[in-house]
Amino acid sequence: MEIDLQHVVNLARINLSPEEEARIRPQMQEILKYVDKLNELNIDNIEPTAHAVPLTNVMRADEVQSSLSQDDALRNAPRQADGLFVVPKIVE
Amino acid sequence: MPHTLTIHELTAKLAAKELTACETTRSCLDRITAVDSKLNAFVSYDAEDAIAQAEAADQALADGVCHKDKPLLGVPIAIKDVIAVKNQPLSCGSKILGDFNSPYEATVIRKLRDAGAIIFGRLNMDEFAMGSSTENSAFKPARNPWDTDRIPGGSSGGSAVAVAADESIASLGSDTGGSIRQPASLCGCVGLKPTYGRVSRFGLVAYASSLDQIGPLTKDTRDAATMLKIIGGHDMRDSTSVPREVPDYIEALDGDIKSLKIGLPKEYQMAGLDPEVKSSVDAAVLRIEELGAEVREISLPHTEYAIAAYYIIATAEASANLARFDGVRYGQRFGSADPIEMNRDTRGAGFGEEVKRRIILGTYVLSSGYYDAYYIRAQKVRTLIREDFLKAFEEVDIIASPTSPTAAFKIGEKVDDPLQMYLSDIYTISANLASICGISIPCGFTSGNLPIGLQLLGRPFGEEQLLSVAHAYEQATDWHTRRPTVN
Repeated sequence: MEIDLQHVVNLARINLSPEEEARIRPQMQEILKYVDKLNELNIDNIEPTAHAVPLTNVMRADEVQSSLSQDDALRNAPRQADGLFVVPKIVE
Repeated sequence: MPHTLTIHELTAKLAAKELTACETTRSCLDRITAVDSKLNAFVSYDAEDAIAQAEAADQALADGVCHKDKPLLGVPIAIKDVIAVKNQPLSCGSKILGDFNSPYEATVIRKLRDAGAIIFGRLNMDEFAMGSSTENSAFKPARNPWDTDRIPGGSSGGSAVAVAADESIASLGSDTGGSIRQPASLCGCVGLKPTYGRVSRFGLVAYASSLDQIGPLTKDTRDAATMLKIIGGHDMRDSTSVPREVPDYIEALDGDIKSLKIGLPKEYQMAGLDPEVKSSVDAAVLRIEELGAEVREISLPHTEYAIAAYYIIATAEASANLARFDGVRYGQRFGSADPIEMNRDTRGAGFGEEVKRRIILGTYVLSSGYYDAYYIRAQKVRTLIREDFLKAFEEVDIIASPTSPTAAFKIGEKVDDPLQMYLSDIYTISANLASICGISIPCGFTSGNLPIGLQLLGRPFGEEQLLSVAHAYEQATDWHTRRPTVN
């Protein structure tokens, strides 16, 4: 199966250089061919495992607790102003 | 030479006033200065901060605080660069985080500090914990202290090197598919992956959230027990941590192993298993049998599907987890014309190739039209693999195997062939899929003087039995006392 790498790269929002694309494309094909071995197994009536923790619906009391301050939350931002993250203009 | 001590040796000397925490910390820092330019275990370290903590520990010792109350008082412990330490850098072995500085502290770090530990250093790793060799570090490849032309394993390569080369008394790593056990094996130290849910992951930068677990790398099994007892337990801030009492793992070390049954999976006798590794592991199992445990063959029929299932599940989870690195809230930002282009440019420039490969693979297996064929199928195979183990654990208490099919390979040997690199994880990966616990302990050397590791796997929350068998073997052998000569 031929993978539509451009489509996937677009979904993943990662720019690849032409050199990276040339290396990654055949590697992806090889890995996907390898994982196709899962098709050998009969998985009818098997429940998927998303995680194996014996816990469901972990809740805590709905009470306000302290969290990161605004300054701490912003201190690693590449751009910030007036207590906000600054991003390129989204709406014209 | 305080830097060569184990935790229990060091704390005995600190308590007896034969040594100070400052002398110990300086000894580790001097050792780093002497050898780390050859080993690259550390991405960075803050010597001043370490000494300040050591001075505080010495003051506490002088004030009469004892190790019964603070079991790690005065013990320097280094941290994998994927666990948040407040006001210290956090880069995950990546360029994308730039000069990120943690605004908060991981729960494991808080617990180590409460126990009196001196937290220092950021340990080298494969970028975002993706790799088996630490060659995927965006900074520099870490090197094996037994042979600096070889890899130390990964992704917690720096954590294993720092301990094996006596740069730190102990360290923390993280294990998603073997990332604690495999480097411990290849560097000749002890690496423990606790059961999923045993240790809080709050403050661990997520790679694959259903598989990740924090654990210790140490010079012997007793130290691993000490560390686990401190870092284990439920945490309100990690909803996947399990509210279950933390047993006395140190007491468990001397548990009777005579009534225990050890299983050898017949599927683990496979092509690619190095004959020297096999004979060392066989001899170790024989030794454990001589110590009184019963050994029998078992079957884990879905073993051959584990790597395929893992690389679908782990990359799918990674593609979601790493979406947060978008150039908006933290780290580097590249390009600025348009928000979407900014995301793409940032991620294109900031991530290394293996991380890109895994995000792309994970995005693909989750994408419309492929989700059922890949992701759901892999999750179903995960169920089969987990059931294999739970069934085996009805028959036996512990499963024994090599940790890695080979000793450390040469730097560069597998770097162009990701699939071959993935296949080297065969013995460790299933434990994460099955959410069980595992440990790697030294069990021999190749003719080329490279360490070989024995892996022991235990039931979910079966760390006590795991530690008792590891400890009994360690008491009967001296592999764990050997140290490399770095030159």
